[in-house]
Amino acid sequence: MVIDWGWIAGHLDDIVAALWQHIVLVGIPLATGFAISLGLGIWAVRRPRVYGPITAVTGVLYTIPSLAAFALLVPVFGFSMLVAFIPLTTYTLLILFRNIVAGFQSVPSEVLEAADAMGYRQRDRLLRVEIPLAVPLMMAGLRLAAVTLIGLATVVSILGSGYGGLGQLITDGLQTFFPTKYVLGGVLSVALAVVVDLLFVRTERRLTPWAGARATGAVPA
Amino acid sequence: MNEVARWLADPATWQGGTGIPVRVLEHLAIVAASIAAATLVALPVGLWIGHTGRGATLAVNLANVGRAVPSYAVIVIVLPFSLSFSRELGLNVIPTFLAMVLLAIPPILVGAYAGLREVDRDLVESARGMGLRERQVLTGVEIPLAAPVIVGGFRTAVLNVIATATIGAVLGFGGLGRYILDGRLRGIGGTGELIGGAVLVALLAVGVDLVLAVVQRWLSRRADPSLGPARGYRDLPAIPLADGAP
Repeated sequence: MVIDWGWIAGHLDDIVAALWQHIVLVGIPLATGFAISLGLGIWAVRRPRVYGPITAVTGVLYTIPSLAAFALLVPVFGFSMLVAFIPLTTYTLLILFRNIVAGFQSVPSEVLEAADAMGYRQRDRLLRVEIPLAVPLMMAGLRLAAVTLIGLATVVSILGSGYGGLGQLITDGLQTFFPTKYVLGGVLSVALAVVVDLLFVRTERRLTPWAGARATGAVPA
Repeated sequence: MNEVARWLADPATWQGGTGIPVRVLEHLAIVAASIAAATLVALPVGLWIGHTGRGATLAVNLANVGRAVPSYAVIVIVLPFSLSFSRELGLNVIPTFLAMVLLAIPPILVGAYAGLREVDRDLVESARGMGLRERQVLTGVEIPLAAPVIVGGFRTAVLNVIATATIGAVLGFGGLGRYILDGRLRGIGGTGELIGGAVLVALLAVGVDLVLAVVQRWLSRRADPSLGPARGYRDLPAIPLADGAP
């Protein structure tokens, strides 16, 4: 397998464009998924009965193989970006929802009682006590969801055209038997996952200064 | 919906080498083969790391790398190597299989490692104190108690592998992904095939995962009888919680 460095040097614009497309392809579903999961998480903490059903539904959505999920939406939306955005959003829900709920549950009950005793209203307690203390577990969920989505988003290019991100490099490289393109697509995808993961770790340290130099370990399977 | 019904009603959809029964078997066969191959590698290593506590960093890093590598990229990058094995199978079956094995190893290994690590160390020590040999500690105490987590690793691996086998259709592998790709190529006329194939893949994945979930629940109950009767999916995380701890 020979990498054609000359091609890479001559096509930096296209490569950066594919990378940026991939970031959009992952970023919008991740943000949407986080907003939905935060809402569902707050609901599940207030009404524990809904936790089971939400986990079951998001679990089934998570189980559907990516290529099938994209294919199911093609007749509904044609080959538009929604075909990619909707399944990529639903893939985040199980991971984010469960981690957000676990984050809220990790807040000690003494802290909540202290907040109540200090006269916090429910909304202020949520925004200024519960969410900040749930940040480490929420961030762990975001890291896992982001890394998962970056890999899954490469599959979009198999069905779609024009907005496949780094997957487009893989598909084009495969169709033209040009290893440089598909190896580059795979390598950049892994590199993006590593960089995004590190960015989330740094953000978490910023958001939880009280945690000090506590080591942020890797996420188990 | 009409197109899907028409496609399903067509006898040709069900017969011969491209019929649904054959495609389902192809799909399940490559899933079973790749999980078996991955287990041969990953399970002994994962159990050893979990039992001895040595090489834990390796297990954690492998889990992260395994998650970050896209299966589509693995299938395609493996292609030139597999073509050198065999001109015929190297184009479809072998790259799909190799990618599936590579992607199934991390979750199985990490499941075995994490399961054993979670077993109460006092129990392991008292088993040793009772005179059990290391092998007996492993098979009689650690593995039964860790079984639900170990099966959890298998569930993740099987999920990944079913999805990857679908993507294998890009290279001409059979299986249910074939219908999605062929339907896509036939344009409007292939809508029934495209959707029908996608529904079949989704049903297969959800069905297999449900079976493994039931196995996992049964093992959890055996490992910890105090759990009491099942309360639905609550006990059955499809994926372990990301808790930020190594």
